[in-house]
Amino acid sequence: MATENKTAELTELEQFRKDHGLALHEERQLTTLNLGPTHPATHGIFQNILQMDGEVIVDAVPTIGYIHRAFEKIAERRPFYQITPLTDRMNYCSSPINNMGYHMAVEKLLGITVPKRAQYIRVIMMELARISDHLICNSILGVDSGAFTGFLYVMQEREHIYDIYEEVCGARLTTNMGRIGGMERDLSPKALHMIDEFLKRFPKVWAEFEKMLTRNRIFIDRTTDVGAISAERALSYGFTGPNLRAAGVDYDVRVMNPYSSYEDFEFEIPVGAKGDTYDRFLVRNEEVWQSLKIIEQAYKNLPEGSYHADAPHYYLPPKQEVYTSMEALIYHFKIVMGEADIPVGEVYHSVEGGNGELGFYIISDGGRTPYRLHFRRPCFIYYQAYTEMIKGGQLADAILTLSSLNVIAGELDA
Amino acid sequence: MELTNENVLGKIISEFGEENIWDAMNPDGIMTITTNRESIHNLIKYLRDDKELQISFLTTMCGIHFPGQGDKEMCMMYQLHSLRHNYRIRIKVFMPASDPVMPTMTDLYATANWMEREAFDFYGFKFIGHPNLTRILNIEEMEYHPMLKQYPLEDQTREDKINTYFGR
Amino acid sequence: MSDSNKDIAMAEAPDGISGAGFFATSLEKVIGLARKHSLWPLPFATSCCGIEYMATMGSNYDISRFGSERPSFSPRQADILMVMGTIAKKMGPVVKQVYEQMAEPRWVIAVGACASSGGIFDTYSVLQGIDRVVPVDVYVPGCPPRPEQILDGLMRVQELAESESLRRRDSPEYQALLASYNIK
Repeated sequence: MATENKTAELTELEQFRKDHGLALHEERQLTTLNLGPTHPATHGIFQNILQMDGEVIVDAVPTIGYIHRAFEKIAERRPFYQITPLTDRMNYCSSPINNMGYHMAVEKLLGITVPKRAQYIRVIMMELARISDHLICNSILGVDSGAFTGFLYVMQEREHIYDIYEEVCGARLTTNMGRIGGMERDLSPKALHMIDEFLKRFPKVWAEFEKMLTRNRIFIDRTTDVGAISAERALSYGFTGPNLRAAGVDYDVRVMNPYSSYEDFEFEIPVGAKGDTYDRFLVRNEEVWQSLKIIEQAYKNLPEGSYHADAPHYYLPPKQEVYTSMEALIYHFKIVMGEADIPVGEVYHSVEGGNGELGFYIISDGGRTPYRLHFRRPCFIYYQAYTEMIKGGQLADAILTLSSLNVIAGELDA
Repeated sequence: MELTNENVLGKIISEFGEENIWDAMNPDGIMTITTNRESIHNLIKYLRDDKELQISFLTTMCGIHFPGQGDKEMCMMYQLHSLRHNYRIRIKVFMPASDPVMPTMTDLYATANWMEREAFDFYGFKFIGHPNLTRILNIEEMEYHPMLKQYPLEDQTREDKINTYFGR
Repeated sequence: MSDSNKDIAMAEAPDGISGAGFFATSLEKVIGLARKHSLWPLPFATSCCGIEYMATMGSNYDISRFGSERPSFSPRQADILMVMGTIAKKMGPVVKQVYEQMAEPRWVIAVGACASSGGIFDTYSVLQGIDRVVPVDVYVPGCPPRPEQILDGLMRVQELAESESLRRRDSPEYQALLASYNIK
């Protein structure tokens, strides 16, 4: 009924215009809106120049590269051992995954097998990183839809994850954790205790956080059917990780190409149906539970043994041996100076990062540095779908879509 | 059908002929083949659309520079993945530095858009048919393609770092 | 008086003359005191350090204890520009524009190695320290700095704000400094 009235009114207006000789322009008046690069709601520096018809986005032109740091070029000039700190700074919400993914890629090149204990420690750290990554993404999604409380609440838990990192490797955010060939030290009793405490405390916190948003009417209304993408388009855009799974494709590198003993653990891959913001939220939520399950299994079944591979050519010897044995001193010198013998080869290794398939493509010509190191950065690849996802939606929804995609500027721009 | 390197290679060669596919190797469990500019678009389209192969996910692509290699100085690497069969394949195309021209893949994969812009930005590859081939990460005013091996990594405006001490 | 009020720390009164029912001090000191405890930051967060700023803002470290309760995302109402993270050459002009939009008095903190000097990214695309485009008051080292360090940087600015003379911003030295950055 209402629409009928509206058209009647419009024609009346047109009649009036005709009678009085007024112009009959039906052109839409578009407004150009500059969203970014320093917009408070974009959580990182992305620029989108939007063409708006009132509140509706007609077109968007994204510009990226505002923190392009030339990782790939730096990597061509640094010995293999000095590249780990670069990977930290790519997806800084889940640095350990990047570190260990890179280590595993180099181990594949060198042909080193890492003992089970090191693999399990890696799994624990990588899953903690995944939790902290998803935790930020989902709580920020809450902030953007008007619930600041959840953010402040789960931020405390992230501090606990950072405390565990700190106990394991000494750093909070840019962890530089582990080495090529394993971990740099074993998990200390304190670290084990902290992980245990975390496993006991965190489920309660996460359940509460979930309760606040998952069945919240306002949140559901704000997020369902917002920024939806179909599975076909998502695959064509190269989506991976939680964003692809929310669209209904169960591709997970941990299951398809298991690395670091992921085949030992029981866990499920949550998938969504519509690929909208709400689905992405739910998938990340569920993945946190699955990560907890994995950590619990790895923690309970942590095997005995060494925490690093027996590869003296590539793994730094213990400090006391460096001071007392000639051989260790030579290895230490060669590794620190970047003169270890690296075979010629070409490898690709991918891990399931916080945002999807994080790949490392290394070409080695036998020199001290990689000849070419290409990072497959999931954010860079899926962010280009953003324009398509927000077209026809409202401005406020575009902000939510961006936070639910979890685009990390460091990974986007490399 | 289980995809193995042998039967995939056999299928590709029977489709495109020995003269277009060469240098098949297996450096890290992923089959790597080399092809030429003329076949690459059809090859990727064939891998995507073939009912048996279904290699229909473009994982990544990147440029590589091998200075002093003559006709093989510039290289474009495509890596594809069949999510159905969990099978990966890597395809390379070599060309001389004087003529870094490639056909675009944007009509096959939407994701190729920014990847190709990145390759243009870093190496100066020109993709014929690309809808918007402009720099993506660096500033528009930049005059060279920084990932080419002859260009320096470091910022040239710094005066406080002495080459002797910083190894620049 | 309820018990919770016992936790409230009162700022120390500046030097002055007090007597029965009055307290006299210079206006400069009063304004300095007020400014010190109400510095609104503009978090210009670009990368990793921005995530540490999130922790600083969060419940564990709580930057609002120092009067920076309100992160002001509009430069017009901000007092401190906190640049956190790598600034690429593409981003340099934006930093300068944001700085120009801020009202006096304004302070700048370069948080982290990248904002201070380019850090580990001595590359063609990265601006080698934001002091190439805007004047900086406080540098916070670290890659990234811990939240405590960021808080310490804020407290250094508090000291500056407290002791700054009202006419400093009109002085020829300050004008010359701005002119050297080509800022009107």
